[in-house]
Amino acid sequence: MNIDWDFIIRSLPLYADAVWITLHLAFWGILISLAIGLVCSAILYFKVRGLSKVVKVYVEISRNTPLLIQIFFLYFGFPKLGITLSASTCAIIGLSFLGGSYMCEAFRSGIESVSKSQIESGLSIGLSNTQLARYVVIPQAFSVSLPSLGANCIFLLKETSILGAISILDVMNVTKDLIGMYYKTFESLLMLVVVYVIMLLPLSILLTWLEKRVRYAEFGN
Amino acid sequence: MQNLGINAIFQGRNFQRLFEGLLITMEISFVSIVIATLLGILIGLSRTTKNKPLLLINRLYLEFFRIIPTLVWLFVFYFGVTTALNVDLSGLSVAIIVFSLWGAAEMGDIVRGALQSLPQHQTESGMALGLNHWQLYLYVLIPQAVRRTLPGTINLATRMIKTTSLVVLIGVIDVVKIGQQIIETSRFEFPTASFWVYGFIFVLYFIICYPLSILSDKLEMKWNN
Repeated sequence: MNIDWDFIIRSLPLYADAVWITLHLAFWGILISLAIGLVCSAILYFKVRGLSKVVKVYVEISRNTPLLIQIFFLYFGFPKLGITLSASTCAIIGLSFLGGSYMCEAFRSGIESVSKSQIESGLSIGLSNTQLARYVVIPQAFSVSLPSLGANCIFLLKETSILGAISILDVMNVTKDLIGMYYKTFESLLMLVVVYVIMLLPLSILLTWLEKRVRYAEFGN
Repeated sequence: MQNLGINAIFQGRNFQRLFEGLLITMEISFVSIVIATLLGILIGLSRTTKNKPLLLINRLYLEFFRIIPTLVWLFVFYFGVTTALNVDLSGLSVAIIVFSLWGAAEMGDIVRGALQSLPQHQTESGMALGLNHWQLYLYVLIPQAVRRTLPGTINLATRMIKTTSLVVLIGVIDVVKIGQQIIETSRFEFPTASFWVYGFIFVLYFIICYPLSILSDKLEMKWNN
């Protein structure tokens, strides 16, 4: 297996551009999912009537369907209803739709992990519901949900690999083009794997470190 | 009057064909889940040893499959491994190999987690009774670990079923591909077919995965108490 290093160097700019596109989409997808997750978990925590049901249905639908079908539906199906979205908009909406429910679950499990005695103590010293959430529940819940929020970010970044299917010029598409045009199979695949390792390995190491740190934050149980 | 796109699904043999595609999807998921579970149990058991090199290999294997997206693995096997070894693998075999390897890595971690979550005194009591290594695993640790792995295993199965939708990108004729063919052929007759066909596939995946997630949640709740 001879690797054409020259080819790899020449194709570096292509991969660099593609990585920026991927990171850009992942950034917005993660940011919006966090917002959706925060709002949804707040709705579940305060048991907002009517909306809780909607959130539960949304979470189930989004968790039990593949991202590929979600973005195909958005990209190819929605224009038939007169709603035409660009590929990158579809990608961000798809990622946020999928990620929102995962983030919501992460926040929710954090909130649920706060022990009852903490909430009761808070109430007994006369905190209002908002104060209770602000000073007792959220700080503890956040430290518990942090590892799963991190895992979700990694998950969403990995899921961006699918976006090539709706003609976004990400690393998957660049690889496929290079294989198709120059038959440089090994070089392109090597670059593909290396690119993902570079993007995800630091995050994964950070996450392992976070998980260890967070154990110190457990109290009140 | 404009034709309703939903009729594209029921035109001719289309409905039947979609289900044939779904069968391929299910076949890939089922075979890979079975292989992944069996391999994963072995990997999980091997991760409780104190053999350093074995642990390192296991760790690298898990991390590589965790960090690199499944679609990348499909590409690597479909384009790279076939060329490197000069073998001709169909998209279907590649899909089964990749999903089995990925599932086995994840399953190994679930089994390891379950075994390590068992209290130490179980092992010690077993040894105090004079059980040997195999008896200890067979009669004490594995039966208790199985129920702890079950919610995670079902969860993994739903994830694998969802991920099988990717096989269309390496040219397997699965339910998504047949959906695309139907959209192509009914382009003029039913212009809105893509909305309905993708919507239908969306619902199909939901119908398969939703009961499994409920089961996993229920088991987790039941056994947590």
